Order: sequence, then C-alpha cells, then structure tokens
Amino acid sequence: MTDQSTDRGAGQRAGREVGRGRLRKEDARLVTGQTNWTDNISVTGLLHLAFLRSPMAHARIERVDVSPALERPGVVAAFSGRDLAGGLGSLPCAWPVTEDIVLPDHPPVAVDEVRHAGDPVAVVVARDRYAAADALEAVEVDYEPLPPVLDLEAALAEDAPLVHADKGTNRSYVWPLKTGEDYETVKRRADVVVTRRFHQQRLIANAMEPRAVVVTPLAASGEYTVYSATQVPHILRVMLATVTGIPEQKLRVVAPDVGGGFGSKLQVYGEEAVALEVARRLGRPVKWTETRSEGYLATHQGRGMIQDIEVAATREGRLLGLKVDLLADMGAYLMLVTPGIPILGAFMYPAIYKMDAYDFTCTGVFTTKTPTDAYRGAGRPEATFAIERIMDELAAELGLDPVELRRRNWIRHEEFPYDSIAGLTYDSGNYEAATEKALALFGYDDLRAEQQKRNERGDTVRLGIGVSTYTEMCGLAPSRVLRDLRYAAGGWEAASIRMLPTGKVEVVTGTSPHGQGHVTSWSQIAADVLGVPFEDIEVVHGDTRAAPQGMDTYGSRSLVVGGSAVHHAAEKVVEKARRVAAHLLEANENDLDFTDGVFTVKGSPEARKTIQEIAFETFTSHDVPDGMEPTLNADQVTDPENFSYPHGTHLCAVEVDTETGQTRIRSYVCVDDVGRVINPVIVEGQVHGGLAQGIAQALYEEAVYDDEGNLVTGTMADYLVPVAGDLPEFVTERTETPATSNPLGVKGVGESGTIASTPAVVGAVVDALRPLGVNDVMMPCTPERVWRAVRSAKEASA
Amino acid sequence: MTRISVKVDGTAYEDEVEPRLLLVHYLRDRLGLTGTPVGCDTSSCGACTVDLDGASVKSCSVLAVQADGGEVTTVQGLARDGEWTPLQQAFHEQHALQCGYCTPGMIMAARDLLRENPDPDADEVREALEGNMCRCTGYQNIVRAVLAAAASEEVTA
Amino acid sequence: MIPPAFDYARPTSLDEALRVLAEGGEDAKVLAGGQSLLPLLRLRLAFPELVVDVGRVPGLRGVREEGDTLVIGAMTTHHEVVRDPLVRRHAGLLAAATRTVADPAVRHRGTFGGSLAHADPAADLPAAVLAMDGELVVAGPGGRRSVPAREFFVDYLETVLEPDELLVEVRVPKADGWGFHYEKFQRVAQSYAIVGVAALVRRDDGRIAEARIGLVNMGSTPLRATAAERALAGCDGAPAVARAARSATDGTQPPGDTSGSPEYRAHLAQVLTRRAVLAAAGMG
Repeated sequence: MTDQSTDRGAGQRAGREVGRGRLRKEDARLVTGQTNWTDNISVTGLLHLAFLRSPMAHARIERVDVSPALERPGVVAAFSGRDLAGGLGSLPCAWPVTEDIVLPDHPPVAVDEVRHAGDPVAVVVARDRYAAADALEAVEVDYEPLPPVLDLEAALAEDAPLVHADKGTNRSYVWPLKTGEDYETVKRRADVVVTRRFHQQRLIANAMEPRAVVVTPLAASGEYTVYSATQVPHILRVMLATVTGIPEQKLRVVAPDVGGGFGSKLQVYGEEAVALEVARRLGRPVKWTETRSEGYLATHQGRGMIQDIEVAATREGRLLGLKVDLLADMGAYLMLVTPGIPILGAFMYPAIYKMDAYDFTCTGVFTTKTPTDAYRGAGRPEATFAIERIMDELAAELGLDPVELRRRNWIRHEEFPYDSIAGLTYDSGNYEAATEKALALFGYDDLRAEQQKRNERGDTVRLGIGVSTYTEMCGLAPSRVLRDLRYAAGGWEAASIRMLPTGKVEVVTGTSPHGQGHVTSWSQIAADVLGVPFEDIEVVHGDTRAAPQGMDTYGSRSLVVGGSAVHHAAEKVVEKARRVAAHLLEANENDLDFTDGVFTVKGSPEARKTIQEIAFETFTSHDVPDGMEPTLNADQVTDPENFSYPHGTHLCAVEVDTETGQTRIRSYVCVDDVGRVINPVIVEGQVHGGLAQGIAQALYEEAVYDDEGNLVTGTMADYLVPVAGDLPEFVTERTETPATSNPLGVKGVGESGTIASTPAVVGAVVDALRPLGVNDVMMPCTPERVWRAVRSAKEASA
Repeated sequence: MTRISVKVDGTAYEDEVEPRLLLVHYLRDRLGLTGTPVGCDTSSCGACTVDLDGASVKSCSVLAVQADGGEVTTVQGLARDGEWTPLQQAFHEQHALQCGYCTPGMIMAARDLLRENPDPDADEVREALEGNMCRCTGYQNIVRAVLAAAASEEVTA
Repeated sequence: MIPPAFDYARPTSLDEALRVLAEGGEDAKVLAGGQSLLPLLRLRLAFPELVVDVGRVPGLRGVREEGDTLVIGAMTTHHEVVRDPLVRRHAGLLAAATRTVADPAVRHRGTFGGSLAHADPAADLPAAVLAMDGELVVAGPGGRRSVPAREFFVDYLETVLEPDELLVEVRVPKADGWGFHYEKFQRVAQSYAIVGVAALVRRDDGRIAEARIGLVNMGSTPLRATAAERALAGCDGAPAVARAARSATDGTQPPGDTSGSPEYRAHLAQVLTRRAVLAAAGMG
C-alpha cells in the first residue's frame, strides 16, 4: 500500500522519467503525521519566546518596563527593543531599487517608535509557551500616539504626518521606465484613449504553517543552528550573520518541513534575529511560534497598490502606447525585497502585446501598516490584472470581442524570440494555440450566445465571461539582470550529485521546497540523465550544512534554475563516468554509447559497464584514469541566461445575482504553457493552487484597516480564505512550447495560476454587469460592491 | 491541576494538566504526538482536527480536561503495521497534498465524512470539508482523493 | 494563542452546577461545547476566573416530545439536532438552520443551548428559535423559569440569564404543517451570515395564513420581522410576498462591518425574506 514508485497519468515518453506523473516521494511522511515542522522541534532546556506588540498603528514609545514580567512564574528573561539594540542591527533590505531610495532603519524590536499595529516592543522568555503568553500581560509600555499614515495619496501630501520623521518624506523612491517612442507623442496619434484606476488590495498569504523558529546554541564554540519555517535558508544565513555579527561560518540554518510560503517566508524576520540573539545571550535553546492572529500583523503582506493605467489605440484596436503610474504601499519598513516587488511587475504591463510606447513610473510610499513584500506572483499579478482589465475596457470601448482585441495585438508565434517593449526577450510562446484550445474547452461561442439571451431577457442572474491571456517572467534570474535592477544578490542555483559506492544517488540542491515536490521532480531529472532508477535517488535540501550553497525557492525559479543545475550536474557525472568507462573498457570515449545507465562500446554490445559499476570503481579508485580524482561526484552552479516566460489563456464564466451581488463561478478553463513538463501531476497541482489564490483575491480576500490603522480582518475568522465549497472544479489543460533558455525547456509554474486568474474572474464579473452600465468593480468583488455598482449604474442611467 | 486519563492512538495516558491546556497542546507538547499541527487560533483552519470518541473535533478548541476519559485518534494512529488507510493512500495517489500541513486535518475530516456517508458526491465532499483550509491545492485533488477513497472502500467492503 | 489561566469545575449534577455557578458569580463562565468560548479565551477576549464545565451534568442532552411541544436539551450537540428524527419531523427549520452552523467538527462539539446562551445576533440558531416561538427553560437557585425567546435575548451577547442560572432546555411548539426555509447569505462557506432569514409559513387555501420570520444579524439581538409577518398574512403569490417582504427591515438596526454596511444588510433582509418565504410557502 505504501509503494511510492507508482505513477498516475500517461507518461509522455515511455521508459523515461521526465514527463511522467510520478507520485511524490514527499507524501509518505506527510500523510502519516511523521513530520518535522519547526514547532515540532524540542530539545532539553528549550525556552519559549513571546512578543509584545504595538496595539496602535503609530506611536512614540515613552517607556517600556519589562521587569514586572520577570516576576511571573517561569519567566527567565525579558528584553525591550533598547535592551536588544546593542546586539542586533537593522533588518536588511536587499533591493534598494534606486540610488537615492529612502531606506529607514528597521530595528527587530522597536526602540523609539512603533510604526504599525503589531510592531514588536518587547520579548519575554519563559519555560513554556503558556508562561510566555501570560508574562506579556505584565510588561508595561507607555505610548504617545502619533497620527497614522494610511492613504497612499494623502501620505505624499506636503503636510502629511511622517512614518519616519527623520527622513522628511513618506516617499521611498520613484522608479521610472520609459521605452519605445515617447508616450505623449504616440497618444496624439490615437483614436481611442482609455484610462482606469485599479486598486490592488492588501493580501495575507496564509501559509497553513505559521512561522516558527528554533535556535540551538553550542555556546562553547559560538556556533548556532537556526531552524526556521523559511523559504530561504541560505539567504537567511547570510543576513542573520550581518544582523547579529555572528560569523557566517558559525551559523547553520535549517529549513525543516515547511508548510507553504507563497512569498511570506521569503523574508528575514525580526523574530528570527531576536531568537538568535536571545539564544546567544542566554546560552539556551529558544523557540518562537507565531499564532495566526499575530501573523496577520507581523508577517509581511502582499499587493497594496493604486494603479493608474492608460492605453492609447487606433480605432481598429491596435495598441499604440501604454502608460502606468503606480503608488505602491511599502508599509512601515522596507523588508528583504519590499521595494522591488512592483519593479518586477514593471516589465510585465505590456504583457503579450505589441505597442510603440511604454511609460511606467512607480512611487514607493511608506504607511503605518504591516510591511508588504513578496506574495505569490509578486508584482506580476498586479501588472497582469491591470493590463488584462484595461484590454477588456478597450474592447468594450471599441465594440470588439475581448478575445479578438487580444488577437489583434499579441505577438504571433512566428515572431519569437521577441523583444518586448519593456526590454525583455520572450524566448518562446504560442498564444494562438493556447487560446484556441481554451476557447474550445470552454465553449466560448455557446456561452456568449447564452449570455446574450439572458441579457435580452433581463435576467436577475447575469452571465459574465472573463478572459486573461497572460504571460509572466519567472525563473529568477540572470545575475547580471539583477545587478542592473540593483538587487543585492545573484540569481544562480547550485546542485551537486554524488554517486554513492552502492550505485545509489544523492542530489544536493540549493532550492528549498515547501510543498513544491522538488524531491520527486529532481529525482526524475537526475534519473533520466544518469540512467538510474527513480527510487535510487535521494534529494538533500534545506540545510546549509548539507546543501551549503543555494539561492532558495521563490519566483517560480526552482525548476528553471535549480532543476537545470541538477541536469547539468548529472551530465558532468556522466562525462566523468564516461572517461572511467572508456578506461575500463579499453575504448575511446567517442566510441561509447550511454543508454539507460549503461556504457557500451559501439559495435560490441557485450563490452558494457553500468554507471553503478563505475560508481564503485571510482569509490575504490583502484583503477581509474591517471590524474582523475576518486569518487563520482559533480558540482554545478547555474546562472540562467534569461527569465522564463510561461503563458496561457484563462477563461472564467460567472453568474452574478444582481439582486444580492453574489458571484458564483460557473466554469473555469485554463490552458497554460509552462514549457516542457517534468511531472504533469505536480504541474496540475501547482496550477490548481495558484488559481485558488488568484480567485481569492478577485472575490474574497482583503486585509482591511480602519481609520486608525488597526487591522480589522485580524483573525482567520474575519479574513476570508476560501474553502472547498467556495471554489469551482477547474478544467486545466496545457500546450507545450519549450523554453529555449534552459536545457530542460521548462518554464516556472508556481505563480502562473495566481497571475492569470484574478483578471479573468473580475473581468467576468464586469462582463456580466456591463449591459447594466457597470465598467468596473473594485477587488475583492464583494456582494455589496457588486450590488452598489449595479445600483449606481442604474441611477446613472435613470 | 486536574488529573485526566485519555487514550490516544491506542495508548492509555494519565497526566496532571492545567485546565486551560488545549487538547492539541497536550498531544503535541506533553505526548510528543506532533503529527497534529496548529494552524490558527479561531478554530477556522481545521489543521488540528482529530477524532474524539468517534467524532471529528478541532483539537485547538477542546480542552484536554474535556477529553478526560475519552479516546482520541490522530493521523498518527491511522496506519496499521505500516499499512495506510484508503484515505491516506488516496491522498498520495491523487496528489491531494503539497506542503502537507493541512493534510492530517483533511484526512481526519474526510474520515468523519465517510463514516457517516460512505458514498458522497463531490458537492457533499466539498461541504463536509468546509471547516478545513488548504492553501496549496485549490481543493480539487482533495475532493478527488476523498471520492477515490470512498470508491476503494466500497470495492474492498 | 493561549487561554488565560482559570479555575475549573466539572459538576456531575445540575444542583452542583448551580451551586458552583452561584459561588463563582460574575467571574464564572459556563463551558458547554466550548466552540464559542474557547476561541474567545484563546484570543484573550474573555478572562473568567472560573470555568464551569457542564459537559458531565446528566439530563441536559437529547430531544423528547411532550404533547405538542418538542423539548431539546441544552447540551444536545448541533450534530445531534441536525440528525434527530423528532427535530426533522416537527421542527425542520431548526435542523435546516443548524446544518449551516460552522462546520462538521464544530457541530460535533457545539451545543444547541450554548449557541443560544452565547446570544450572538450573527449566529443562526437564536433567530430560528425566535421564529419557532421557542421558550428557554432556565434553572437557578430558586428553581426553574421559562423565558419566551422574544424576551431571552437582551443585547449583543447578552441574555436574561443571571450568573447563577443555567439554560437547561428549549421548548419549541411543533410546527407540523408549516413550511419552512432558512436562507443564509454569507461570503464564504465558513463565515457568519451577513444576513440570515428563518422563515416559517402556514398556508391555507393557496394563501399565506401566517408567517413567522426570524432575522439574523439585523440588530444587536436576533429579531422577529413582525411588520413583514403581518404584511405577509393573506399574500397569494410572489408579487404580494415581494411587497410584504419590504417591511422586513421595519424596526431593525443592522450593524456595519467588513461584510456589509447597514444599508446593504437592510436591502438583503428584504430580498432574503422574500426568497425564504417563497421557498417556505412552496411558491418559488
């Protein structure tokens, strides 16, 4: 019953691993509860941390007295921000997007001022989590309230209260990108100009595992092991060394089982730094586990933008130019890649379309809210939403079918590789194929006919159809491009392959999976190149001691960059094995065939050596070619030459009850092109999950703040994560246009569903209501917003 | 402190506990049964779902003292001699998990459904899992898995 | 999060429970199924000094009939209510409303009486019991008293229950021959009703003879839409019902929150009352 070697779905290439729907090696532990979440870790003498957090959005800290907490039973220590300031530096921002960016200090525990509800002001250390929670109530803090800064436009006014008074402004940066012809010149040639303002609400990632960190010190040697529910153990190690001053080689960071991230665990958090500092001061192991409601305040949020977008076009519907002005909510501080998120989007507004002018500006704005940073898609969902929605509006303006308008503007498949106006080189794609397939699966024409009938009848429940022909850039990233974007690290990925004496294989990867199934997919990649059984491969990850180099997992980069590194490392192993085989078989290397793990001499198939035999020969190294290093290993660090550009066509049909405003998704069809597919089962799962999160942004989720800057949707009971009954059955299909920029032909798939689906759903809602005079509904399209949109349209037409 | 005796996954335990101790913390911190995780503080997410005296409960919303004299089954108590239950097998075969954090609760909730309704349709599965959140799968493969497990149980029955 | 510390009592008889509650006074809190209380404790929104667990008090659980009345023990779980044949036969509205409470795991623990005593106007059951013209039987140091549902709910999370009293059972008249429907409008499957309408309708000769409407989340307590009830009497079809349903908002003071403004709730109450009544009357 527990056989893991079975697979599901037809293998596209019989006898090969790549393309097979292998069931995951990861599952056995997870379905039986034999897990290793960070909060599961317990060691002798473990102490528990709890953070006292600001109850208000903005205040001066007049006084913090932790001493009463020390009187509570079981409390070992307590620290204010000032107490910790000596040992801890500012939390890092690795992406200062402009030279003159305003980059404020970010103490892990606030010292003089709190700048968002949930900003920590003190930490207590106790024998168990109950005692720690109790002791928080004893800490005394006096606050002098300061005005909150909540509205992005108001924050930029001359006399606005300041989030960081010492900086003299709430403007963090202005980042422009103007390419092609001058937009204003092009606009004068246009027959039609359509302008819209869209709002990207703040979202909370809600990885099912809350954050957690455990630090175990080896006080005598000054070494520390940090276990963290993180997506980025390698980045965390570098950054914790910087923040704490502990030498990097003394730090080991482990990402044990990690229960989802979606960008929220792509971060270097204050709690991680504080846990390390407390462990250093006390010489005791410590643990901190976030509660869900605490995480809503303390874990970075996503999105948070106002988008002013304008397109200029001819009356035939040819795009001439695109202008985008963004106000991006940074929140209170710049965290690891906060300022860079909207910049990732900057390149994606032109999407799959050809045009003559592109004019983009992003202004980063500080507010007294929880900082924003990466959330699934990170900048690209926002861009895709805005362009796809305004394409709908342009189509409506011109009286064109929205699919037809897209067809008239997209890059034709024979035009690849294509240099986009934003300066990217799209290596491959076939928008026609994906769209045709999607339209057929969806029954587009029939649904349009039904829609027309219902509109003519004046039905209370209207049918709407939404279209999203998206592309995105992922597989982050070519290191040189990152340099040009002022990102402080590279975009390479590392892999090592060790053939063990018994012929089994260890693949070491620098990626850090937290649900993506790398162990399974990497096994498939290595199995094909090495010609060894899938079952003989183990994948090692998420521990800087076992997998010392890596850039971790985010931005749909792992397969594109990390998978390619595994592929190359395996090729290196085969090449080394080939030299040994040639030596042992007394043949010329060029005369050897290598198939399914066996070297044979051309013309004399009885002369053969398996790669497992060679692994043993190199282990003993009794008889290897002169000058060859013993053992059969290889290391590879791969820096991608380009991003990868998944694309696809998503179609959504909704029924909107115009009386109550309730939206129900009737059908959802997507055809994604993520290049060559390593494991179709895993790819399908990634698409499903991505769709759910994109739909959730369209219809359900929003981090709502009140006028004082308190998070109103402060618990999981208030913030509406959809459950099974809230989501439809998806129809997911693929086309397969291989990427040309990596040896596997793969593109990323982790974010495409989220990027594509939001505009498809909102577009469908607006499409349903357009005959009533509605041309936009703000996200999330709550029943009340829909109802109000219908009502104001009725009033306007009356 | 209150004395409780509870049977968990077939083993009898007796302990002195604080009345406020949540059942899930009793399982995790006292008994070391860390297969049941905690995902929220409002009984919304269902990650901590276990079986108490024959019915699914959210173990973050039950006090350990309320389970006194009772019998608890967690995800760790399902497999017998390494043999997975049809639900565990189906979750694996239908790729009904990614990060796996919600999986114990999903399996325990689905188990409760199949006990009451051995032959549910997809809508009934979706309704029965309304107290369990998953952020990775979009639920589609979870629904498939529960239906597949129901079908396989029928065949073996 | 973690509940604050409290003392704990687990009485094994009603008398003992009442004695313990009397001793605990204002600082005691009754623990029935715990599905409302435990989240409050975990978020540290409640700090009782004493928690009285009535889970082992005998005689508070189960459904029985007494003539024309159905008697539901306060400790009967939602799960039991939904499946109870007597409830289904004689009080289908209660089964329909209870089916929508939270999720199966919560329904296994949460109790009928607990939900009523918690008195959340956004909860499903108080309005349904109100529509059923239920009576709540309360035990206290001086014996038992019976409180009509219309008088039981005083304000947001507040009832006529004194600190030394315990809700022991709920008596609802059998609604044989009445049509019923519970219309719950919510944003996601797990959330509270933005507005809910519990409707009972008795038809006579193709017309609505009598209607009883309970409103969820339209004020600080569950409410009866009495004006709409009056207007519905005599309605003979959908247009008349629609007109009558407009008075569903008379006398309501709906709250505003992230799920809906007062104005939107008022609109919903009218639409949902119409739909619920039509469904209950089989006039759909």
